[in-house]
Amino acid sequence: MFDAVATIIVFAAILVLYRVIKGPTIYDRVLAANAIGTKTVVLIALIGFIYERPHFLDIALVYALINFIATIAILKYQEMGRLD
Amino acid sequence: MVVTTIISYLFLAVGCFLIVVASIGIIRFPDVYSRIHPAGKSDTLGQAMIFIGLMIYEGLSFVSIKLLIIVIFIFITNPTATHALVNAAHAAGLKPWEKGDDRN
Amino acid sequence: MNFVFTSIIMFVFWILLSGEFHFLLMLSGIVFSLFVAYISHDLLIGSDNIRLFSTRMLRFCRYVPWLVWQILLANLDLVYRTLHPKMPIDPQVIRFDTALRSDIGITVLANSITLTPGTVTIVANQDGEFIVHAIARKPAKDLLAGEMQAKVKRVEG
Repeated sequence: MFDAVATIIVFAAILVLYRVIKGPTIYDRVLAANAIGTKTVVLIALIGFIYERPHFLDIALVYALINFIATIAILKYQEMGRLD
Repeated sequence: MVVTTIISYLFLAVGCFLIVVASIGIIRFPDVYSRIHPAGKSDTLGQAMIFIGLMIYEGLSFVSIKLLIIVIFIFITNPTATHALVNAAHAAGLKPWEKGDDRN
Repeated sequence: MNFVFTSIIMFVFWILLSGEFHFLLMLSGIVFSLFVAYISHDLLIGSDNIRLFSTRMLRFCRYVPWLVWQILLANLDLVYRTLHPKMPIDPQVIRFDTALRSDIGITVLANSITLTPGTVTIVANQDGEFIVHAIARKPAKDLLAGEMQAKVKRVEG
């Protein structure tokens, strides 16, 4: 069951990749990249369950954090032109 | 098959469905403002459903507490990220799609 | 007081994430939670008022069941709109003012608007001015009816 769910999520991420490539604005791309990131968090947790290694959950938590911060940082750079 | 396993599989299936619907929504809707709706709502709940399914499968342990922390974290950050995104789009002066315009 | 409260929260978080009780791990947990609390003790609670913070958290817990129900409704609505072949959407941009002033009240209202049926917050600033994108006419009308604002107002107190 877990591997089936993981496969479907990879499929969904590939669907969203269309929006990353096509755009048309930068906001569409960032939105789609963020959506792929959230799917990756689920994927990492599922891989932890498939291989029975609960330590993958720590990686999932950190990935969720980095995904959020990366989105905010890209938007801030786009809006202000700098990051300080 | 125990009852909890069946319930957890049910949650996983619903979460999967919601994530696929969110992906289709991100592709189908006509502009950034309406694409935010599937990304902010269906993705959040789909993820939460999958994590709740894993929590029910696991039972009460440190692993399920960790999953709960991830769920709470996602429920705070995902709407915030989408809000920041739509706010930036609004500040850049993007016009919302209206009924009757072309789709791209 | 703020400092003590933040470091206790950090230490509980450390234990939940590590899940082990070696002496060395506990000691480094104490050291690091004190260090993090020293750097960021003014971020989590903001003003010095811990009593207000905790009562708001309790009242927020009573707000959660209604929010979860609204999230489920929102997803049913969105699944219908996404999978319908003709896609019945008619986007509107609406603006309104709220009486909420505290940071926690505005944050909760903005995130709740984003999570509930058919609406996404575009702008939410500290003067209580909101600009909201609604996917159709009905959600916009429902939001302007002000049920959610009253509920968030009760959380804020």
